Order: sequence, then structure tokens, then C-alpha cells
Amino acid sequence: MNSVRRVGLMLAAPALAVVFSLAVTSAVLLATGTPPLSTFQQMIQYAQEPRTLALIVNSATTYYFAALAVAIGFRMNLFNIGVDGQYRLAALITGAVGGAIALPAPLHVTVEIVTAVLVGGMWAGIAGALKVYRGVSEVISTIMLNFIATGVIAYLLTPARLAVQTQGSNNIGTKPIPPSGQVPGIDLIPGSPLQVYGLVVLAIAAGIGFWFLVNRTRFGYDLRATGMSEAAAVASGVNVKKMVLSTMLISGGLAGLVGMPQLLGSSYTYSLDFPAGLGFTGIAIALLGRNNPVGIAIGALLWGFLDNSSQILDLVGVPKEIVLITQGVIVLSVVVAYELVRRYRVVAQQRDVGRELAEAEPPPPAGGGPGGAVPEGVSR
Amino acid sequence: MSLIDQDLAAPAPQRSGQPVRRNTVYRMLIFAGFGLIAFSAVRVISGADDLTSAGTVGAALGLAVPIGMAGLGGLWAERSGVVNIGLEGMMILGTFGAGWIGWQYGPWAGLLSAVLFGACGGLVHAVATVTFGVDHIVSGVAINILGLGVTQYLASILLEGTPGGGSTQSPRIDPIGTVSIPGLDDALQGVERHGWFLVSDLAGILRGLTTNISWVTIIAALLVVATWWILWRTPFGLRLRSCGEEPYAAESLGVNVYLHKYIAVVVSGGLAGFGGAYLAIVAASIYREGQTGGRGYIGLAAMIFGNWRPGGLVAGAGLFGYTDAMQLRNATAVHALLLLVALLLAAVAVVAFIRRRWVPGVVALVLGAVSLVWYLSTDTLPPQVTFMTPYITTLLVLALASQALRPPKADGLPYRRGGGR
Repeated sequence: MNSVRRVGLMLAAPALAVVFSLAVTSAVLLATGTPPLSTFQQMIQYAQEPRTLALIVNSATTYYFAALAVAIGFRMNLFNIGVDGQYRLAALITGAVGGAIALPAPLHVTVEIVTAVLVGGMWAGIAGALKVYRGVSEVISTIMLNFIATGVIAYLLTPARLAVQTQGSNNIGTKPIPPSGQVPGIDLIPGSPLQVYGLVVLAIAAGIGFWFLVNRTRFGYDLRATGMSEAAAVASGVNVKKMVLSTMLISGGLAGLVGMPQLLGSSYTYSLDFPAGLGFTGIAIALLGRNNPVGIAIGALLWGFLDNSSQILDLVGVPKEIVLITQGVIVLSVVVAYELVRRYRVVAQQRDVGRELAEAEPPPPAGGGPGGAVPEGVSR
Repeated sequence: MSLIDQDLAAPAPQRSGQPVRRNTVYRMLIFAGFGLIAFSAVRVISGADDLTSAGTVGAALGLAVPIGMAGLGGLWAERSGVVNIGLEGMMILGTFGAGWIGWQYGPWAGLLSAVLFGACGGLVHAVATVTFGVDHIVSGVAINILGLGVTQYLASILLEGTPGGGSTQSPRIDPIGTVSIPGLDDALQGVERHGWFLVSDLAGILRGLTTNISWVTIIAALLVVATWWILWRTPFGLRLRSCGEEPYAAESLGVNVYLHKYIAVVVSGGLAGFGGAYLAIVAASIYREGQTGGRGYIGLAAMIFGNWRPGGLVAGAGLFGYTDAMQLRNATAVHALLLLVALLLAAVAVVAFIRRRWVPGVVALVLGAVSLVWYLSTDTLPPQVTFMTPYITTLLVLALASQALRPPKADGLPYRRGGGR
């Protein structure tokens, strides 16, 4: 198979999926009496304003960590559905720690980041240990741990324990983090009144680290081998139990970072209205980006675009929940498209092999009749 | 087709299934008996009458129904080999279907439409997983996003400006009606009020289960029985389960695996939608955004807790419903649960030690001691801790008993007609 076709096929799936989801969205919009083209135009126009651009980058930064956390597990067929609980718990504890200590700026931030990684890793580690030592499916244990995290957070986030009353509202949150523990924003987008989270740098570093770990280390090789065939990995000497546990820990550590851009960059406190549900966004983006750091970055930006540019829709009388439909259809159609492309590739490969074999040697004298033995055998 | 019907479906239950089944029925009855005695004892010792009062049991039943229905949906799908984590999304579709049709055409039409909405979600899942071979978890996650998006979008279009409704909730749905067994209520209430050991507890539980029961609850109970009968006592059920155990073997015997998986997943969605309808019509009388509160996931957990069997599933849903009811109704009674947990864990430890399984035994013993100390040293339990109880229980049960659980053998594996392992 030549390389042009390979690249074409690689890009075909996400392109197909986006086109298909746009078609479905348009159909839904039309069915409910809204012209789709002008709706899209308005979203794109709104997204070009500097303030919206900054918001998109900020959302994408947060989503990127969540998707990386999910993706590292996906790479070895491990489903960390619990990113949600891991990042919320990590953000709460980090908020409390950051607000309680006073250190010079770089050290203070370092302590906060390390705390977040440790708490997230620990919470995911419970699921990892349960899987390795007791054979509990990580899908169920992480879902349970999400609910338990909700309870733990509700327990800790009370005035008697970690919370203080926020001034001028009945919201409660952790003690605000002093300036030494805050991460200053960056003026990335000219003309925007909003700064971009400083932790966007950490997100990029995490993406590069992810790529290096998965593609350029022994650990990453074992990880991918286990994901492709556990039996083969065991046979070649991979300690799968250790891999499961360490992957869960890394995944949870990355998940711990999800809340950091907002906590250290804009809110400085973990309060009742801290965003929830980002773990599930992460799953969707990881799927969209095929668990690849570059793909995930594109997916995160797309998600950030849809989430932020849809804010304009309510002003023009279109329910902004339409983008949720778009997002759901994208996820579903992207995986279907990948599967179709994969099947097409297998068939094309078989055809190529068949043609080469036919050219290499004359057909056998007593062939297996129509349909022949070769294609039949290959397709099995 | 006829081969498996004759060889497996008909004779097997009579030949080898019967004694085993009677054995498990006996064992379950013994467990239930001991459990009742433990509850009774704890109630008498702690004085927390709400532990077995009719009110608690009734509330627990109500809370267990949606979880049980979601779990039953999971059971259908997973028995056919399709993991259905999209139950939550299908349930959300169900709540909306019930609310939107229910307030206009009455509760029964709402119930029907909820089932249809849920089944539509199931159909999407079936197309993705069965026809296109997409990973089941991936498809389920997408359906959860879609279910939420579709309902919120439709709600803001179809419910905006309705009398008493808005973009996040529907107008009131008429109640669907309840039934009681006549004459039983007063008699049992008299017995319950005396607070006799065991007798009053039994009366309270019976009263909770026989008075003011919604018709939807009764249908739900019938659905559980029907599921058991269809999946375990009919040739169709055998074929469906064979798709979840050995799809290629089933295929070689002429079973249309795709068709059976499709049926199972669509039914699964319908049942999840039914659970959603209960929430909207019976529990709240309106559709409200975010009404499901993760009950689809809990239903899945209840099913795994119940070892992919209807009876176990009912027990799991009951456990979730009961702890939830306790937490909502009476915080002091929840404190008494600590004593019960200590008792149960001590029993688990004894059984484990007798079987020479030292590690689980020690773990159970230590946790039991912790609960006992906790019970003796405090008077109340923070509500947040109560909230976590069912989830921690599930985790503990899975951790202690996961080796005894047996999912369908081909659960979650891709299947392609004419393919092979």
C-alpha cells in the first residue's frame, strides 16, 4: 500500500465523522425550523473574537489534560472512567493545601502541582490495585470511585473542615490561594481582554512527555504491546500486573492536573461551582484524537470551539444544547469511521497480496473453483 | 436451530439444573432469614425503629425500581455479549419521553413513549456495536453524551412555554395510581407498632411491600420475572445467552447472532427507558433535567453485584434502594446501620476463616471492628458518608467476591459473522 493512500485513509476517518456530524446537526436544526448555515456562520464569527479565542484555548487546555489521562489507559485497553472523580478530588485537596501554605512562588506552585498529581494518582491507584489484586473491572470500580469522590468532597468541603464562606455569596470554597501559589496568565491572543492560562505550557509539555513515554521508551513499548495483545505481551515477558498498576497511576496523575489551569489560573479556590464532568469530555476527545497527543490537541480545540462559540446561540434564539448533539454524533461517527476505514484497509491489503501472489506464480492447476481458496482463507 | 433446542433447552434443566437450583433457593432463604434476625436485633439494640418500618421499606422499593430496571436492561444486553454503559443516556431519553408525552396524553402514554425513547437509544448502540463493531464502552459513552444532548435540546424546543414547564422541566404529569392489598394495612400496622422482636419487623417489611404500590412498580416486578423466564426457560433465551457465551459456536448451530444481539440491546434500552419513566412519572411527577443522577451506572453496578442473574440483580438494586432510603428518611437510623455492618462483616470473617481464606477474613474482621468502634464512639453519621455507603459496599463486595462472579464469556468482545477467534 503506498504512502499517499495511507495518509489519505488516516485523514479520511475524522473528516468523514465531522462531515457526518455536521449533516446530522443540520438535519436536527432544519427539523426544528432553524436555518443551519446562518447558525454555523454565527458560531464561527463569534469564535473569531479575541476574547472567545482565549476562552477556547483555556477550555482546550483543561480538556487536553483530561483526554491525555484517558488516552494513556486506552493505549493498553484500560478504561479510566474515573478521571472525573480523580480531578475533582485532586483539585479540592490542592486548593486546600495551596491556600494553607506560604512558600516562595516557584516552590509553592510546584508543591501544588505535585499534590494534584499524587492525589489523582492515588485515587486511580485504588482502581488499579483492585484490578490487579482482586480482578475487579476498572470500569465499574472507577464509576463507583466517582460517586465516592463526590461524597468525600461533600464531606470535606464544609465550613467545619476545609471550606470557608466566599465573600458576598452563599457559595463556599477552600481558602483562596495566595499570589505566590498562583500561575500568571499569558497574553497569547492580541487584543483579548482575557489572558490564556499559564499552565497551557504544562499542557504542551505533558503532550510531548506523553508522546515520548509511549513511543520512545521501553515502558511505552510494553504498554502498546499489552494493548494490542495481552497474551503476546505476557509471552514476551511483560509483567502485565505491574503495567496495569503503573498505567493507572500515570493516568490518575494526569487526571489530577485537569483542575489545575482553572484552580491556579483563575478561580484560586475549589468551590461548589467548580466544573464537573470533564472526565467524560476527556473520554470523547481521546477517542476523537485516536489517543495520539497531536490528534487530542486538535480534538480539544474543536471541543473548546464548540463549547464556547455556542454561547452566542442562546442570544439568537437557538438552544445551545445543539452542540451536545454535534459532540455526541462526532464521537460515535468517528469510531464508526475508523472501523470502516480499518475494514477497507484489510480488504485492500488482501487484494494487494492476492494480486502479487497471482503475478508471482501461475495459478494452481486444480483451483478451488469460483471464489478460490486464497481470498477465503485470508479473510478468516 | 432444532439441535440446540432439543439437546440443551429442554432436558438440561430437568436433569442437572433442578437440584442445584433448589439448593440455591434454600440458601437464599437461609441468608434472608439470618439477615432479618440481624436487622431485628440491631433495631432492638439501637432503638432505631426506622430500620424496618413500612415507610423505609416502601421508600426503598421506590428507589430500587429505576436502578433495578436499568440493571435489567444491562442484563439483557450483557447476556447477549454487548456491554451497555450507555444505560444512563437511554434512561435520560426515557425521562424526557415520559415527561413530554406524559403531560399531554397521560401517564400511560408517557410510559410507553419512555420505553420507545429508551429503545431508540438502544438501537443506536446496537447499530454501532453489532453492525459496525465499535468498542462497546466507547459507543456507550457516546450515547450518554447524545442522550443528554438530545433531551436538553428537545426540551428547550418542545417544553419551553408550556404551562408550568420550561427548558429544564415538563409540566406536571398525572399520577398513575397505586394499589394496596385490602385489609392488610391496618392489621400489619397494629403489629408493627408493638415493636416485637422479629414479628414487628416482618410486619413492617410486609406492609412496606403491600401498601400504596404503584402500578409501575408491579409491572417492573413482572418484568424481572418475565426476563428470568424468557432468558432462562425458553429456546429464544438460550440462543440469546449463547450469543453472549460463544457467538461462533452459536453461529455454527444456525443462530442469527446479529439478530439476537439487536433484540437484546433494543430491549435493554427499552428497560432503561422504563426506569427513566418511573423517575419522571411516579417519583417526581415531572421530567426534570439531571433527574437520573447516574442511576444508569448504578444499575450496571447492581447487575454486576448480582452476578449477571435476575435474582442477584434484585438484591443489588434493593441494597442501593435501601441505603438511599435510609439516608433520605432518617439520619439517626443510618447510624444503626454501622452496627449491622459490624455484625455482617463479623459473619463474613467467620465464614472466611472456616474456609481457610485468611486474607479476606482478616480484612472483613478489621473493617468490622472499625465499624463497631465507630458505632460506639459516635451518635450520628455525616450525611455525606451515608451517601457513599452503597458505592463503598459495591466496591467491597466486588473486591471480596470478584473471583466468584462470572460474566458471560464473550461479554464485550467484538463479533463478526463468519469470523473466528
